[in-house]
Amino acid sequence: MQMQAAYPLVFAALLFSVGVYGVLSRRNAILVLMSVEMMMAAVTVNLVVFGEIVASSLGDALLSGQVFALFVIAIGAAEVGVGLAIVLLLFRNRASVNIDDADLMKF
Amino acid sequence: MTGVDIGMLLTIVFGGASAVLVVTSRNVVHAALYLVMVLLSVAAVFLLMGAEFLAWTQVLVYVGAVVVLILFGLMLTKAPIGPMAVRSEGGRLAMAVSLGLFFFLASMILRAYGDTVIELRHVTTLMLGEVLYLGWTLPFLTLGFFLTAALIGAVVIARAEIGEGPEPDQEAIVPGGRDPVPSDASGNPGPAPALADPGKEVGV
Repeated sequence: MQMQAAYPLVFAALLFSVGVYGVLSRRNAILVLMSVEMMMAAVTVNLVVFGEIVASSLGDALLSGQVFALFVIAIGAAEVGVGLAIVLLLFRNRASVNIDDADLMKF
Repeated sequence: MTGVDIGMLLTIVFGGASAVLVVTSRNVVHAALYLVMVLLSVAAVFLLMGAEFLAWTQVLVYVGAVVVLILFGLMLTKAPIGPMAVRSEGGRLAMAVSLGLFFFLASMILRAYGDTVIELRHVTTLMLGEVLYLGWTLPFLTLGFFLTAALIGAVVIARAEIGEGPEPDQEAIVPGGRDPVPSDASGNPGPAPALADPGKEVGV
């Protein structure tokens, strides 16, 4: 079974760009977290695709692409946990999840 | 153009439309549900590429756990569930940056990998498990420690500290994290359980 490599790569680029737009334009901290999740999903797609590209030309006994994608999924779950804890703390101290309100350490 | 290509194109259209809806939706809960569709389409991409364990891990971890966590976060922070405004002055710049990034990445990808064809293989769970436990043992164990540390850190961060915040609500804070139901020897009925009051602050 063969597949063009460009399709999933363009899909990952689309997800990453949309995630960048979400991080830059949305003000709700939880929506920013969701956009970061989309960017991490794009990274996992890229890892798997490049792993398969390398494997189909050179061979890859250690399945590096898929194992790294698995690690990224696990770290993404940890990131969401800590991020939501920070958002809850921000809400408790500022009564708002607008990231423009978190400007205490702004230069 | 094989069948995998057609499935991949359909997935890309579906997932891309859902991704755009995540960042443009005015309703936060709708955005979370569109995020489910994006993550499911990523899982479909994994499945089409023969990475079956990754696909089901994606469904379990992201669709199952992360989205539920995000929905809990939305409800616990009493975020504006209804329509909310996108910041307008930064929106145009953000649109320009992301469109420029996408066209740059897409042109580079098409130039470098436009005619690359992958010979797909089916990586079974057995193969991935053998490689993970024999070849990647130390990183895998490190990942376990990392997850434990992250969860403990999340609990420490989200826990209510006494004397912290603008005006600590004394009835909502249980000293020492004990059970709110009183059990001391004085027979004092004690304060009512804090969470029973619907008007109280939620983050205890």
